[in-house]
Amino acid sequence: MKSCLVLGIESTAHTFGVGLATPEGVLANVNSEYRPRDGGIHPREAAEHHSRVASSVLVEALKRAAVRIREVDAIAVALGPGMGPCLRVGATLARFLAVRYSKPLVPVNHAIAHIEIARLTAGFEDPLVVYIAGGNTLITTFVEGRYRVFGETLDIPLGNCLDVFAREVGLGYPGTPRVEEKALKGSRYLELPYVVKGQDLQFSGLLTKALRLVKEGARLEDVCYSLVETAYSMLVEVTERALVHTSKEEVTLTGGVARSKLLCGKLKAMAELHNAVFKPVEPQYAGDNGAMIAYTGALAYLNGISIRVEESRIRPMWRIEEVDVPWRVSRT
Amino acid sequence: MNYYGEVEEALRRIGARLREMLSIGAEAVLARCYWRGFEAVAKYRLPKPYRDGLLDKLLRSRRTVLEAKLLVESKRVGVPTPSLLYVNPDLHILLTDFIPGVKLRDVLTKLQEPKDIFRRIGVYAGLLHERGIVHGDLTTSNMLVVGSRIFVIDFGLGDFSNELEQHGVDVHLMLRSLESTHPSLVQPLYAAFLEGYAEVRGEDMRRAVEVKVKEIRRRGRYVVERRLRR
Repeated sequence: MKSCLVLGIESTAHTFGVGLATPEGVLANVNSEYRPRDGGIHPREAAEHHSRVASSVLVEALKRAAVRIREVDAIAVALGPGMGPCLRVGATLARFLAVRYSKPLVPVNHAIAHIEIARLTAGFEDPLVVYIAGGNTLITTFVEGRYRVFGETLDIPLGNCLDVFAREVGLGYPGTPRVEEKALKGSRYLELPYVVKGQDLQFSGLLTKALRLVKEGARLEDVCYSLVETAYSMLVEVTERALVHTSKEEVTLTGGVARSKLLCGKLKAMAELHNAVFKPVEPQYAGDNGAMIAYTGALAYLNGISIRVEESRIRPMWRIEEVDVPWRVSRT
Repeated sequence: MNYYGEVEEALRRIGARLREMLSIGAEAVLARCYWRGFEAVAKYRLPKPYRDGLLDKLLRSRRTVLEAKLLVESKRVGVPTPSLLYVNPDLHILLTDFIPGVKLRDVLTKLQEPKDIFRRIGVYAGLLHERGIVHGDLTTSNMLVVGSRIFVIDFGLGDFSNELEQHGVDVHLMLRSLESTHPSLVQPLYAAFLEGYAEVRGEDMRRAVEVKVKEIRRRGRYVVERRLRR
């Protein structure tokens, strides 16, 4: 099999990252995360952070991989989905490198990169994929040439729900691990809205009710416990339905929330009920990172995917079903 | 997993005797049983080890009650469904009478008057939606044919809702199930279905639902279901 060396750039939200990878694996992964002083991510401030760190992150990544930019076969960039101002920083750098060094430019869908890095590091061939992060909540699997969405959030992402809750009750950032830490000391389940509609999920009512309980004086530990129990159970239930429908034998979890031991435990218990194997993405690739863009870019480039600089517009709302996945073989 | 022992025990507690396991789904087990002289079908909602014990009980009992209500209300508005015999929210069991039918999906091509059958299914869907009932999994696998009668079964994913979106999803799922198993019959049977639907809900609602179905299909989200639903 032919190989190639690809440099990948990630800048869809709070993280600016550069990675180097081949279709066999990752050579370097350097990332810099923007931390808001208070509140959520301000797209313009995040973009300013990305612009500031871009050159040093790029240089560091090349150094760690011990390659020179001229040795790279292609430049991959996450064109979406994500925040416009952030996406533009990565896209601009990628276009510049492509033109300056005469390299092909490879468009990468950020969500698909999360899926592919999970497949690589979990060692799975054909898993059911649960992708949970601050900006995304979806359950997907590969069917006939594309990743198909089996279920997703209809309002806010699960990671966002926990982050906002943590912020509002003064637990700070990052939200998920801090809410979970409190949840471990909780014991009493307080009833919260559990909203599963068909295969889809809603978390906004859950967030509102949990915040109200805190305001009304309920024990924070118990609210945290009930919040994560409810949110994770909703997610695992839809995943279970997808697993039974698709008869897959592998389940993986990817995205920032993949570091959650609690969620991993629940998914593992569910998978075992159906004789499936559960394994999450490796922790260093759970959050947004440049390596996953480089790796997915390498798979795509090897399969003839590239884009002209003139056409490399950012795609803030890019859905995964729109992306052809020629590096995977369809089973019929 | 084999839930035989667990189901047998749950049935024993309500005085029923397990005859055979019919199917094991993601959420529940279906089993044939004898109960007070009846040939019955038991639906037992399974406990899930991955969620809080109280939450698990709440969900299972709430859904058992909801499904019982949907069955009763559907029958009340004139849709043939299995009769509810017994419901026990605490044990998460409901019993209905046993319908000795075959799945519409399996006999569709052998039917004498498939168009008439689909017009009737359209009437049933119209009656359900008119009453604010969403079936949630309205496919040819969830229709039982008994002689000249059609029964609508499995309200496990159902809900009470007047949202056009939800009604659209019901109709969409019916269309999908036809497309995946009987592509050549889709046009005439879908037309017959809509005709029956309009008989109950009128031309305006029929058009509104048709437009909604087109919109849902454009979203492409349901592509995976088309491919994966049996």
